[in-house]
Amino acid sequence: MSRLGVFVCHCGENIGATVDVTEVAERCKHMPGVAHAEDYKYLCSNPGQNKIKQAIEEHQLDGVVVAACSPRMHEPTFRRAVTDAGLNAYMCEVANLREHCSWVHEKADSTTEKAIDLVRLQVEKVKRNKPLDTIQVPITRSALVIGGGIAGIQAALDIADSGHKVIMVERSPALGGHMAQLSETFPTLDCSQCILTPRMVDVSRHPNITLLTYSEVEHVEGFIGNFKVAIRKRARMVDEDLCTGCGECLQKCPTKNVADSFNEGLSMRRAIYVPFAQAVPNIPVIDTENCRKFQGKKCDRCAKACPTKAIKFDQKDQIINVEVGAIVVATGYQVMGTERFPEYGYGTYPDVITGLQFERYASASGPTQGVIKRPSDGKEPETVVFLACSGSRDAAKGVKYCSKICCMYTAKHAMLLKHKNHHAKAYVFYMDIRSAGKNYDEFVRRAIEEDGVKYIRGRVSRIYEEDGKLIVKGADTLLGGEPVEIKADMVVLASAALPNHGQGELAQKLHVGTDPYGFVAEAHPKLRPVETTSAGIFLAGACQSPRDIPETVGQASAAAAKVTALLSRSHLAREPLVAEVNRKPAPQFSDCTGCLLCETACPYQAIGHEEIKDRNGNVLKTVAKINPGLCQGCGTCVSLCRTKAIDLHGYSNEQIFAEIMSL
Amino acid sequence: MRIGYYPGCSLTSSAREYDESVRAVCEVLDLTLVEIPDWNCCGASSAHVASEELALSLRARNLALAEAAGLDEILAPCAACFSRLASASVELADNPQKCQAVSEVVGMPYSGGVKVLNMLAVLERFKDEIAAKTDQSFRHKVACYYGCLLVRPTKVAQFDRVEDPQSMDQIMAAAGAKPVRWSSKTECCGTGLSTITRTELVANLSGRIVADAAKREAVAIVTACPMCQTNLDMRRPEINQKLQEEHRIPVLYVTQALGLAMGIDPQRLGLHRNMVPVELPEPEPEVVTTDDDDED
Amino acid sequence: MSSISHHDRQTTSLANKIQEVTGVALQNCYQCGKCAAGCPVAGDMEMPSCQVLRLLQYESPDYDRRVLESESIWLCLSCDTCHSRCPQTINTPKVMYFLREEAVRQGLAHPKSKDAQAFHKAFLGSVARHGRLHEIGMLMNYKVRTGHLFQDMTLGSKLYQKGKLELLPHGVEDKAAVKKLFKRTTGNKE
Repeated sequence: MSRLGVFVCHCGENIGATVDVTEVAERCKHMPGVAHAEDYKYLCSNPGQNKIKQAIEEHQLDGVVVAACSPRMHEPTFRRAVTDAGLNAYMCEVANLREHCSWVHEKADSTTEKAIDLVRLQVEKVKRNKPLDTIQVPITRSALVIGGGIAGIQAALDIADSGHKVIMVERSPALGGHMAQLSETFPTLDCSQCILTPRMVDVSRHPNITLLTYSEVEHVEGFIGNFKVAIRKRARMVDEDLCTGCGECLQKCPTKNVADSFNEGLSMRRAIYVPFAQAVPNIPVIDTENCRKFQGKKCDRCAKACPTKAIKFDQKDQIINVEVGAIVVATGYQVMGTERFPEYGYGTYPDVITGLQFERYASASGPTQGVIKRPSDGKEPETVVFLACSGSRDAAKGVKYCSKICCMYTAKHAMLLKHKNHHAKAYVFYMDIRSAGKNYDEFVRRAIEEDGVKYIRGRVSRIYEEDGKLIVKGADTLLGGEPVEIKADMVVLASAALPNHGQGELAQKLHVGTDPYGFVAEAHPKLRPVETTSAGIFLAGACQSPRDIPETVGQASAAAAKVTALLSRSHLAREPLVAEVNRKPAPQFSDCTGCLLCETACPYQAIGHEEIKDRNGNVLKTVAKINPGLCQGCGTCVSLCRTKAIDLHGYSNEQIFAEIMSL
Repeated sequence: MRIGYYPGCSLTSSAREYDESVRAVCEVLDLTLVEIPDWNCCGASSAHVASEELALSLRARNLALAEAAGLDEILAPCAACFSRLASASVELADNPQKCQAVSEVVGMPYSGGVKVLNMLAVLERFKDEIAAKTDQSFRHKVACYYGCLLVRPTKVAQFDRVEDPQSMDQIMAAAGAKPVRWSSKTECCGTGLSTITRTELVANLSGRIVADAAKREAVAIVTACPMCQTNLDMRRPEINQKLQEEHRIPVLYVTQALGLAMGIDPQRLGLHRNMVPVELPEPEPEVVTTDDDDED
Repeated sequence: MSSISHHDRQTTSLANKIQEVTGVALQNCYQCGKCAAGCPVAGDMEMPSCQVLRLLQYESPDYDRRVLESESIWLCLSCDTCHSRCPQTINTPKVMYFLREEAVRQGLAHPKSKDAQAFHKAFLGSVARHGRLHEIGMLMNYKVRTGHLFQDMTLGSKLYQKGKLELLPHGVEDKAAVKKLFKRTTGNKE
């Protein structure tokens, strides 16, 4: 006969004000199998836990029911407490008298009766509990970082510095992400590439980092500590071991009219190219879609020019299979294009550009070597209008959120314009100024007070071309909504930051959640900001939501810390509440008939099969086998099994029936 | 091919030339116009001011009449009538309760299936025929003016794109014309204030449109709304007064322009009724294109 | 859980009425000014559209009255430019329609609105009688109502010469149906 202890918590007023807790404890004393019952104000507190431990010793209890708040709150707490007193952790169960009772009902006798019922259910269950041990799963002590922008770079370096191996995957030919495209960064106006390239070089030289550029994640399987990832290393058509980065091939390529995406379409590149001069790795890539040879024409000028014969036109994509224990998603964002703005010309006005395009103009390594010029005629603009909040905070365009960085970079752009061209006029149409970071507001004030940028509060209704100028029709709400019209030479839209293209597909492969906009979902916005909903997969940077560089770097290090903590152990303890296919003596061996319906039904692909053989190796029977490392204990297979060969540890069929019958 | 036809009040008097040119062009395109028997005024803006119910009912009576006559699509050349009728059609579609209520007021059953089309939506279907039936000599720069109601509100019009629409441009291009790129395609001519009650504001708003078209060297403004045409055409003296400039650019209905391109007699198209005389210059010279081989 | 609505509105405010009657939620307007920026007549309004909405957001009887008494609400062209570009998809033309009707209902309509009101009455009068608009009849009626007897005289004769003015009304056959329609919706013929 069981000797159970029932401990009923008041939880302060939370339970005590609605349920007659003392009555509950009193009635429990008379339940068959209960050797001891008491109530207390706060069982989760130290004194509370001590009471439980003392009672276990005093009354030789072999099982415990704590009637309190939701098990999601304190089940681990009470399980640890009973372990301290020498009981197996899984001989302790929690009855939820708060979320399931006191918080959803009024104070009444029936409420107390319900509470008693809830406790009785757990009592009947615990009577049939068996001691269980956590499952130890070995961890592969290396990590995968997806994304080679500043977030990925920071995370990779931190993990690598802690002694673990990192595989880094970047889909473009070089590291750097959007930060490499920036001119100067706020609020310090540091040259972006100057602060980034040392990090990029560190990554390429780090003994613990394997860098795979021009590569993408093809397939992911497994679970925390045990991921198997297939990476497609796309064919560069250049042998990385032979290439010296001399750049001769780049000079000889006859195709010169491919839109350069690093320069946001403002200039052209060749079919064989390196994204930018300081690229890491400094190894070119042949864009086979635009290369003459791959279009069927005769050309091999790059191969002829190469002094080390590194050009290999027959290179094929490679699939590289890796095993890692943790994954960091650092895939960044993309910028809304001007074609999304019907009222600003559907992207057909060349002098209406995005903030990122302005960065390329302002950048010393950009298409105009840092001189701000009009795309239409190459002249320097005299009047530039900057539109903040373009596409963001806009329900009609489907982007309700604020893109966070635009107020700051718009002020920066206006300042850079004035620094480069003292006579230029800069106007900023804004709704609010969001400059909450360290030294941020001072930065914006500098633009207004020192550099003479004129800020106008209001949105722009329409932009159209007339006589080579752009007519900007806005309004000033601080003047009551008075229309303001400006004849501009160039308009810069601080367009919304959106989830990166391909983010949805990657999220599917990783089985991580995304929010309604397509950004990667965090496990909890306040308390678990760098974890995803999938254990072992972490996130960093703008793939979660728009953010600036300081935040990104901080978050990347946080994700790295989580990874390092995970990889610091050789094994991971898993909850033993998993399903198992039963075994019996010969000749039956198991109730399982080998129909393997469970294998198809399992949502976690945790079920396989095994062959039962005799001593001569003849197969006697094939039965289902559940991988305790993958099983999540959902119970689908248990309910599906026609012969009832599968049961769930901790939630056996017998236990469930007993609970129901006790009502 | 046949389609229901709702001329609307202005096409029977002050915009008679629009009606005339619509009929002439549709004849060439083999499109039979079946006038809705006993159609009533759509109510324009005024019905709405008195009562929303009145507005809906006046519009719905026409839809019910169309349904009774076995017409599931009706063409309303007047953009304002189109907007009113389409709004009722959208409101009543898939809403049996509202249809029932409105049927009682109107005294006729309506089950909600009639679709309302504007002139451009209908002409769009005949782009190939238009290209075939014009000798492509109408090589004139034209400013296609859409006005407000052909594309807005988007839920009612459900047509073309709300900024820089292209349908009329493409129809005119099919007829050989050269639509200019200009920025007043959907700027309001001022009709909402009514050309009678606030003429000076209309002159201002319509004046901007006329000036823009003239600046882009268009030889005619082409429109598909009698209110717009009236403001740009009939109110030209006030416009010229306001702009202190003499603008002679004529304002054609799209069907008048198409009719000219098709070689229909100007008299049949009602061109003599346009207030600003329709005098078009010699068509632009034909441009012969050669295939360039672009080697870079 | 509390059962008090989050929007504890003054039930008599215009904003509340507007939400009830038109469904437009004025609290969604975040005063970006894009409406006024694109409004063709914003320069002529003493109170552009965003300002009108801002005053109504206060739910103050004084501000409500200021809006109803303004001339600005009568200048709206219903061109829908504001609505088509509003990031919060606020149906401002619908609000303007409501404000005009409300101004008339409360007897606060601006004196300059008299012509517009007369126009609508003349228009509807003609439609009620004939089922279709008789332009000349309507114009006569308008002139009598407003006293602008000599407006557009020369224009009238030009139009007539070009055959664009019907002297006699051409109405519907089933005038009784139209009369009934008017009666059932507005209760009277006008």
